[in-house]
Amino acid sequence: MDELTSLTLAQARTGLAKKDFTAVELADAHLAAMERARALNAYVLETPERASAMAKAADARIAKGTAGPLEGIPLAIKDLFATENVRTTACSKILGDFSPAYESSVTENLWRDGAVLLGKTNNDEFAMGSSNETSAFGPVISPWRRKGSNTPLVPGGSSGGSAAAVAANLALGATGTDTGGSIRQPASFTGIVGIKPTYGRCSRWGTVAFASSLDQAGPFARTVRDTAILMRSMAGYDEKDATSVDTPVPDYEAAVGKSIKGMRIGIPKQYRIDGMPAEIETLWQQGGAWLKAAGAELVEVSLPHTKYALPAYYIVAPAEASSNLARYDGVRYGLRVPGQDVNGMYEKTRAEGFGPEVRRRIMIGTYVLSAGYYDAYYLRAQQVRTLIKKDFEDCFNAGVDAMLTPATPSAAFGIGEKGKADPVEMYLNDVFTVTVNMAGLPGIAVPAGVDGQGLPLGLQLIGRPFDEEALFSLAHVIEKAAGTFHPKSWW
Amino acid sequence: MSVDAATVRRIAHLARIAVAEDEVEHLRGEINAILAFVEQLSEVDVAGVEPMTSVTPMRMRRRPDVVNAGGDPDAVLRNAPAREANFFVVPKVIE
Repeated sequence: MDELTSLTLAQARTGLAKKDFTAVELADAHLAAMERARALNAYVLETPERASAMAKAADARIAKGTAGPLEGIPLAIKDLFATENVRTTACSKILGDFSPAYESSVTENLWRDGAVLLGKTNNDEFAMGSSNETSAFGPVISPWRRKGSNTPLVPGGSSGGSAAAVAANLALGATGTDTGGSIRQPASFTGIVGIKPTYGRCSRWGTVAFASSLDQAGPFARTVRDTAILMRSMAGYDEKDATSVDTPVPDYEAAVGKSIKGMRIGIPKQYRIDGMPAEIETLWQQGGAWLKAAGAELVEVSLPHTKYALPAYYIVAPAEASSNLARYDGVRYGLRVPGQDVNGMYEKTRAEGFGPEVRRRIMIGTYVLSAGYYDAYYLRAQQVRTLIKKDFEDCFNAGVDAMLTPATPSAAFGIGEKGKADPVEMYLNDVFTVTVNMAGLPGIAVPAGVDGQGLPLGLQLIGRPFDEEALFSLAHVIEKAAGTFHPKSWW
Repeated sequence: MSVDAATVRRIAHLARIAVAEDEVEHLRGEINAILAFVEQLSEVDVAGVEPMTSVTPMRMRRRPDVVNAGGDPDAVLRNAPAREANFFVVPKVIE
């Protein structure tokens, strides 16, 4: 049944509508592929019974002629999204066997449109990481390998399980969340497409909170079109999230294939950083040439505060995390470790329940918010954030429609290779993606080539607020020129 | 700025995370590495710059002050590590 799992989402949609196969057959093919691919550790929970029931219901709606836009499409859901009565852990020990009594708004939207839940995917604990190595369920193994090597590679993170599942044909699409690059970096490492929408475009309600002013949900898929299809279902105003924006959701798919003639594309000179592999520089230029050939105009732009985005992020994100994660206290849900008194119970529960990266970030956040340090760290970081956003606004006001940058400073690395001695080494992975979260802008990662070792590399397009459509049009031009990239199965 | 061992212990207590004595030195090193990294922000001129409070300009919406969910104690308590009747149970907090 490999033919069914290698379809694009759009092809599967057509096949279901034409009754070439049923939603049940499509779900079963994916469940069988998931079983064979357990070595990747992409899923932390498979939900075959739920998938079968949802697929059956989808087939019934297709037969009745009441199919939704995603009817019968099997998807993987990052374990950060609360799924009603389906274990949700954020891949942390502290949530234990937490079973939500509610459904996140984003997943609710997907089920409303007929999608089918295959299972919950692995991620860095509370989405804190860039390699999926901080998960309480162990790392995800990328479906990609270097040419002639068996070294296990990371899929990127934090949404590593979702990215690996999509790249390895274990789902037609997946959800992710992106706080500093957690959709775009793994998409780039695994050769697929991923978009972080404008802040406020997707509801955050029912998504485990990491850094509330930066977190956004977004889709992964193997093509730009498929990503646009998912995006339309996920986005939308939600009265349960006060930061969700009440503007109509466009038909993103209609933007795929649209001409980019006359669009002005900014090439930010500050993204040319020391130590970046020559292959990435070449790919970046190639991407620009493809856009130019399709009628876009390239202009060099300056984003002078770029280098401060990552340090500012490592104040803002931990500060918000230390506040958000205060709720894990062993009282209402999840793990409880007894102590001598109530404080002892809190301290032991949190020491045992949180992994080292999460503990470290909570402590950094606690420190930068503590009396006497707030102004020097947190307030200053929020001021720098204003400057970072202004850099982008200045360019957009000068007539730039979108920017083209590399997605990551390197291809995927090996498990255990980075961040052992110095946590900052791992943080540098997000140097090109984090600015976008700090400014609340939309950003898409699209595969554009492979490096000398055969590993995929991606480019990033950054857009004006709420102009995801331009990103889909531009990314599609790159996709048409570069082709798509698929790992050879070894699992 | 960098932190000493006493500050590490104080932060850990504020964060309600138990830290064993033999972890303090290692944590101190990691926290200081991160603080050294963010130190570069001090070179930015932020005089007169408004701190960001919202990335998208928006007015906070108001909703009617009515109960719109609730009245389901079993759903609220279903994941509780310890419960008695309709209450969460915590260690004794009053002497």
